[in-house]
Amino acid sequence: MIEIVNVRRDKQVMNEMQLEFRAVSDNEAFARMAVAAFVAQLNPTLEELSDIKTAVSEAVTNAIIHGYEGDHQGENSVWINCLIRKDVLEIEIRDTGVGIENVEKAMEPLFTTKPELDRSGMGFAFMEAFMDDLEVISEVGQGTLVRMLKKLGTASWIDQEE
Amino acid sequence: MFSFFVILFQGKGKVMEDEFKVIDNYLMIRMPDEIDHHRSVYISKMADQYIMNEKVGNIVFDFERTTFMDSSGIGIIVGRYKKISCFGGRVFAINADSQVRRILLLSGLNKIVEIMD
Repeated sequence: MIEIVNVRRDKQVMNEMQLEFRAVSDNEAFARMAVAAFVAQLNPTLEELSDIKTAVSEAVTNAIIHGYEGDHQGENSVWINCLIRKDVLEIEIRDTGVGIENVEKAMEPLFTTKPELDRSGMGFAFMEAFMDDLEVISEVGQGTLVRMLKKLGTASWIDQEE
Repeated sequence: MFSFFVILFQGKGKVMEDEFKVIDNYLMIRMPDEIDHHRSVYISKMADQYIMNEKVGNIVFDFERTTFMDSSGIGIIVGRYKKISCFGGRVFAINADSQVRRILLLSGLNKIVEIMD
């Protein structure tokens, strides 16, 4: 069973939000815009913001069309947890769908189980490219959890180091 | 009931005129402001209808309005490319902003799509 990761109340967590929405494709735009609005307080650059939106969009789309296949889409939810820990943004996207049998294989670029839907198989590759860290935990029949980290404002951080 | 479908069809027709245009042997597709899985299903379906019915050889994707694209956009382009490339068709991308351009380059699509300004 995928554990529901409760928000850890450590001191470094400066802000947090949780989101639950129905697993329908209309909500893809809502999900990435909600996360983008939450991230705005960290003053991200336009590039960072579009990186985050793309990664969230990929993960949420995966949850909806792969996690909940066919008729189950509208009956189920997708959950998003966001944490801000100093200048690091942590996003968790979770579904309780079919799960992934072979995570390593699923993460290979161009691998897709739905070529008939014009899926490109680039979802995980984009998440990896646009975020700083990506972790995928999945169990068949239980669901999938995608955890992504991104350090924001690295430009100013490099200045401080020097 | 019948008239309802007629109205529905006419409504679709207006959207079509706006987003899809055939010029000579080229299908011009005006991409929406945000391209995700939700939108891509409709674009792919309509583009395929044009390829079948109008026998267009080449496709031009116009990203002028587009500010966001995820891997679904790659799926649209690769899917259409597969359909026309066997007849020697070519795919173009115009007016792509930096975000769209990054996605195209990252996925290696610049090898099959001619990116132009």
